[in-house]
Amino acid sequence: MKCKVCRGHAVIDVRRHNAAFCGDHYVDHVRGQVARSIKEFGMFEPEERLLVAVSGGKDSLALWEILSGLGYDTTGFYLDLGIGGYSARSKEAVTAFAQNIGAPLVVRSLSIEHGYTVPQLARLTGRVPCSGCGLNKRYEFNRAALEGGFNVLVTGHNLDDEVATLFGNVLHWNMDMLARQAPVLEERVLGLGEAADRVLVKKVKPLVRLAERETAAYAVLRGIDYVVEECPMVEGNTQHRLKKAMTMLEEASPGTKQQFLFGFLKSASRRFDEVESGDPLVACAKCGGPTVVWEQGDQPVCSFCKTKSLVAARRMEPPPPRRRAHRRVG
Amino acid sequence: MKVKLRNPDRVVDVDGPRTVYDMLRTLDIVPEAVLVIRDATLLTRDENLADTDEIEVRPVLSGGAQ
Repeated sequence: MKCKVCRGHAVIDVRRHNAAFCGDHYVDHVRGQVARSIKEFGMFEPEERLLVAVSGGKDSLALWEILSGLGYDTTGFYLDLGIGGYSARSKEAVTAFAQNIGAPLVVRSLSIEHGYTVPQLARLTGRVPCSGCGLNKRYEFNRAALEGGFNVLVTGHNLDDEVATLFGNVLHWNMDMLARQAPVLEERVLGLGEAADRVLVKKVKPLVRLAERETAAYAVLRGIDYVVEECPMVEGNTQHRLKKAMTMLEEASPGTKQQFLFGFLKSASRRFDEVESGDPLVACAKCGGPTVVWEQGDQPVCSFCKTKSLVAARRMEPPPPRRRAHRRVG
Repeated sequence: MKVKLRNPDRVVDVDGPRTVYDMLRTLDIVPEAVLVIRDATLLTRDENLADTDEIEVRPVLSGGAQ
């Protein structure tokens, strides 16, 4: 194949664009797609302070490198989830990468902040690991951005992530989730006028125009040393299964993912607006963070605090009785 | 050729010569779900692979929570 731009030897094909690129022009292409998303969706301005959530994987590190290269004021944020050697290697990759690009990095640990790891959380709550992990990441990312006074929280969600989420939400008709699916989630405040407190930081996804294969190719071409191994707790994960299904459709019919997501954003997402405005935000009685009141008279407690309380309660329960070994008599 | 696969890491033998696309289909791998790398260089699906090549097939689809 030949590069669409210079007709030189191509190293990567992007079938949904009916194009192939040499290394240099592919890097230009990816940066252009990110810049286009930032502008088109009004994600942030050059003077704003960005907190970039980084996991050590290809997407978040590639994104951080691109934003840093475009001259934005970026700080990385890494949350240690306590998933054994996988988390240790991820933290090492992120720390080395931050040093390479000369950008500041904030590191926090779930274990230090809240007294549990993701595997412990899954075991104590009986829920699938990805559910508790996602809840804790969202909470900690938001908290770190608010405490650090950042204007915007930037995540490495890509086209495949967004397509899989949309696919899952459509399969189950999760109306409130469909109402919230967008490349930009604006900040939310509690209170009015000068007493208003920012409780949810603005969140943006500048990789929304790039498939996972495209961010991975960018990372390889730029020599970004990302963690290739998959999280050991992801086995059987629904999101992963949905991505595989959509990728098979994409292989047979290039452009399917893009049409599905951007068709939704252009033609359908606004039809869910009234769902979104249904439940007003109130302050969580425990942490002060945002939540919604489900039933009148209830103390409002956010999902994060409910989960944390559940973990504490399960730890207080006596361990199940040990089965005694039968003793032989005589 | 020696083909390195990931998650878990392992190496399988595939007869060459054949194209990247043929090699992936032989291994029942969806081309859109991977990158193919030879000597630290990315390969498009029409590239020819020799019987003596050492190839890495790197998956790109990650799972996990949103």
